[in-house]
Amino acid sequence: MVGNAVFRVEGLRKSFGRNEVLGGIALDLHAGEVTVLMGANGAGKSTLVKIVSGVYERGGGTMTLAGAEFAPNTPAEAIRAGVVTVHQNINDGVVADLDVATNLTLDRLSGRGAPTLFNPARVRREAKAVADRMGLAIDLKARVSDLSLADRQMVAIARALAHQPKVLILDEPTSSLSSAEADRLFALVDRLREQGVAILYISHRMSDIRRLADRIVSMRDGVVSGAFDTKPLDYEGAVNAMLGRKIHLDQIVARSSARAVLNVEGLRIAHGAKPISLTLGDGEVVAITGLVGVGKTALAETLFGVRRPLDGAMTMNGKPYAPRSAGDAIAAGVFLVAKDRATSGIIGGFNIERNVSLPFLKRMSNFSVLKRRLERATARRQIEQLGIVCRSEKDEMSALSGGNQQKVMVARWMAQNAALFILDEPFQGVDISARRDIAAKLRASANGRATLLFLTELDEALETADRILVMSEHTIVGEHRNADVDLDRLLAEVAGGPLHNAA
Amino acid sequence: MTLRDYAIRYGFIVLLFGLVAYFAIAADGFVSPQSAVFIFQSVAITGVLALGVTATLVVGGFDLSIGSVATSAMMAAAYVMVVLEQNALVAVIACLLIGALVGLINGWLIVYMRVPDLLATLGMMFLLVGLQRIPTEGRSIATGMTMPDGSVANGKFSDAFLALGRHRFDFFIPNLIPVSVVVLLVLALLIWFFLEYTRFGRMMYAVGSNERAAELAGAPVKAYKIWAYVISGVFASIGGILLAARLGRGDIASGNNLLLDAVAAALIGYAVLGAAKPNAFGTAVGALFVGILLQGLTMMNAPYYTQDFVKGVVLVVALVFTFALSGRGRG
Repeated sequence: MVGNAVFRVEGLRKSFGRNEVLGGIALDLHAGEVTVLMGANGAGKSTLVKIVSGVYERGGGTMTLAGAEFAPNTPAEAIRAGVVTVHQNINDGVVADLDVATNLTLDRLSGRGAPTLFNPARVRREAKAVADRMGLAIDLKARVSDLSLADRQMVAIARALAHQPKVLILDEPTSSLSSAEADRLFALVDRLREQGVAILYISHRMSDIRRLADRIVSMRDGVVSGAFDTKPLDYEGAVNAMLGRKIHLDQIVARSSARAVLNVEGLRIAHGAKPISLTLGDGEVVAITGLVGVGKTALAETLFGVRRPLDGAMTMNGKPYAPRSAGDAIAAGVFLVAKDRATSGIIGGFNIERNVSLPFLKRMSNFSVLKRRLERATARRQIEQLGIVCRSEKDEMSALSGGNQQKVMVARWMAQNAALFILDEPFQGVDISARRDIAAKLRASANGRATLLFLTELDEALETADRILVMSEHTIVGEHRNADVDLDRLLAEVAGGPLHNAA
Repeated sequence: MTLRDYAIRYGFIVLLFGLVAYFAIAADGFVSPQSAVFIFQSVAITGVLALGVTATLVVGGFDLSIGSVATSAMMAAAYVMVVLEQNALVAVIACLLIGALVGLINGWLIVYMRVPDLLATLGMMFLLVGLQRIPTEGRSIATGMTMPDGSVANGKFSDAFLALGRHRFDFFIPNLIPVSVVVLLVLALLIWFFLEYTRFGRMMYAVGSNERAAELAGAPVKAYKIWAYVISGVFASIGGILLAARLGRGDIASGNNLLLDAVAAALIGYAVLGAAKPNAFGTAVGALFVGILLQGLTMMNAPYYTQDFVKGVVLVVALVFTFALSGRGRG
């Protein structure tokens, strides 16, 4: 098995400043095999991909391609050597304003030896050859901007394959495709596998992985935490290796609630998904866990009114609750600390004080004129409450560490009393001590409201929640009281399949 | 604060005072109440337009149609009084309605039709430049003009309307301060208070800085954006009223420089006090800066055709202050 690896990576390291992202990765890719790479956010997958595709320089280690040293300095060099990457963002792989034929042959338009004049007939001829080899049934004269996402992706992959690569890297290729569109992609991957291409397939979607994987490699914290290549593949083992299990169960005393705050009946958040029903109680901290892309953020946004459910009804404290905007939700006492604070939380131009007061300006003003003294007092109180490390409430957000920025986001919404407090991935890009602070604060202040956390990392859920719900395929598939959690069952639910081995 | 911080924060103000000191010494008669009032008067109309465009800059947009809104308002005022023979109040109301309507349409194009702000307002600019010529077949409007159907327009600018351009208030010296300067100062105070001290202004800044975050904090982002363009349109139409009152006729050829001067003032405003963002105080100072510079140079006999060049240099220097030195332009 070791002998026939087309592409080998050994001891690959990479650091950004003092922060080590890859700590010695070893990876083999075999011709005619699909190797699935799994890893949570921040595990180092994208860094690995960027090194292999020549975007980043590696920090240490060796890479060999078909027995020869492989050390690309630029993406173009990697492609020429036969290692081709299709990146996650589909629109990065195509030029939207050009037609399909030009897109397929774009790489031949520049570089040494490229003809100066643009010859449409020759371009179309070459493009047709590329399309035929792939079995691509798309009108070559169509403009890429008129194509569906799936077709664009096909074009991006076909364009990559015009170089006849030995190694193809697909970075979360199905993340924005429907299931029918994904089926077309899988057929294409099957075809390439038959042609003897070594494929590295990066994905979180268990259904993709079950469909395609010949081998699975799991990454965690910059190292390979598990490799699985004996059939039948151990999917739960792979998920477990990816999410890790270094749990301190003694920290939580699971509480249960007497009074229901939010009731959700038959809520459907995606086409073809099973309805969701759940009840959140007063004083309870509930975590919803599941892999990336299973609809956690969609559910959070539905509860917060920025996304409309397909079906179903909600009640808050016994009254019907159907928010049509974030404003409605806030008025009903539903607050959301949104995922990815940089794009959906922080106002870059505002200091801490103004970031904290943002949602409640109406309550902090007299005839719409802001009560600045109240604003400052609120900011100071919240800084104190959450232990935000800063010089004063006038500090710019950019001066704060990631953990403190996140504390400001939490402080913003804790300035007023919530009925339902939702936090979507509140520990992303947050150091351990800030994470402990936030979790402790959430638990200490939990009475009088329901608290709902969306967390991909199982550890975080086990550390903070009274109750853990598991999401898969846009619905809730499991429920656990955080007292005597059956981890095997939980992991099987996360992995989206029935429990295979009773062990 | 380091020296660099001081330079960013106070550099432009120091430059302004330096300029005044230089002209005070070099140009005879520069330091006099009349000269000061003249400077204010020369920037009053562009200043009003600049304050309006500041509102659209705050929400992260831009309004290129302000110049043509102002000239359209001017033509409308003349048309209402000279051709339709209505009084000053009707003329003023008609102008304000035009400004608000154009602002609404701009906002609608940008928010609901998803046309990029620069293109939407550029299109509106062309549309208005053309539209204002249609009622009179491209002629300027003045009392006694012949209409396209051969009749003669007998209405005239009412005295009350002309007073907006010609009346001067007593201020220590009799007949010193023109109405237009008072309008500028009042509007500057209003928009400054609105942007800095009300929750609406605060939210507009939030929308301009991070639209999604503002939306998730419960702000009706679309409404805020549309309102910003309505403010811009109304302010521009006020500028048009002042222009009509000053000229006393609907002059098809006037107001060419309004757009560029107003935008320059608002952008220079970014550099004032190191704000690195659109702000009302900065816009007012920016307008004043340009006025002082031009007045001083004129009194030192610099030829008129160098004016645009000088304005351009000031704008470029101010932009360097904002974006390169403060390093906050990205935020």
